Amino acid sequence: MSIADYYNFVIIPILGLSVILVFIRFLRGPSIADRVISLDMLILMAIGIVVIYSIIHNQSTFLDIAMLFALIAFLGTVAFAYYLEERRKRDE
Amino acid sequence: MNEIIVMILTTIGALFVLSTALAMVRKRDVYLRINVTTKTATLGLGLILGAAMFYFNEYSVTTRVLATIIFVGLTAPIGGHMLARAAYINKTEKWEGMKIDDLAGQYDPKKDILHSEDMNTKFEPPTDYDQPSTK
Repeated sequence: MSIADYYNFVIIPILGLSVILVFIRFLRGPSIADRVISLDMLILMAIGIVVIYSIIHNQSTFLDIAMLFALIAFLGTVAFAYYLEERRKRDE
Repeated sequence: MNEIIVMILTTIGALFVLSTALAMVRKRDVYLRINVTTKTATLGLGLILGAAMFYFNEYSVTTRVLATIIFVGLTAPIGGHMLARAAYINKTEKWEGMKIDDLAGQYDPKKDILHSEDMNTKFEPPTDYDQPSTK
């Protein structure tokens, strides 16, 4: 069993199942903070999937995109947290 | 031999990501879910990226992977902390089984300051909860 087969048949289904579980929380989440944190976690798992694909296809260039996703996840979370605080101040 | 190390590291990382994804569905509170997320970032992604580092075994890949691990490990707890603070100030719902609220009486809603010690401010901890978005 080569490493590409192992990744295609074992690791990718595990990560896909976890993406589905987090997406359930993204749809159901009662508050906005739930949705923001599940969006953050979806992007973090996308980093893992990109790394797995770069190992399968033997292309180390994909790791740049993983780094870009890390930047986007941090910026998105901080922007949404700032927006939540500021929105409450404006309501009062 | 090298491939076996890569497989083991990736398997542990993927199982860790799966366990945190399960916890995202099962946990009952925003604060508990925020607490869970940083574990994925630090350990699960760290192991998967470390597997890529062992697989390619080049200097350029190793520096990129180490930079990504350090960046994610630094920024994911900061983002979680900011989001938990925003959720607390926004009076998001607490789980009724929560027994200790360390921030009770420390937030001043008039001056909008979160003190680090108990100042007996009038901000009730969010027990009477309504959706803040439905106002």
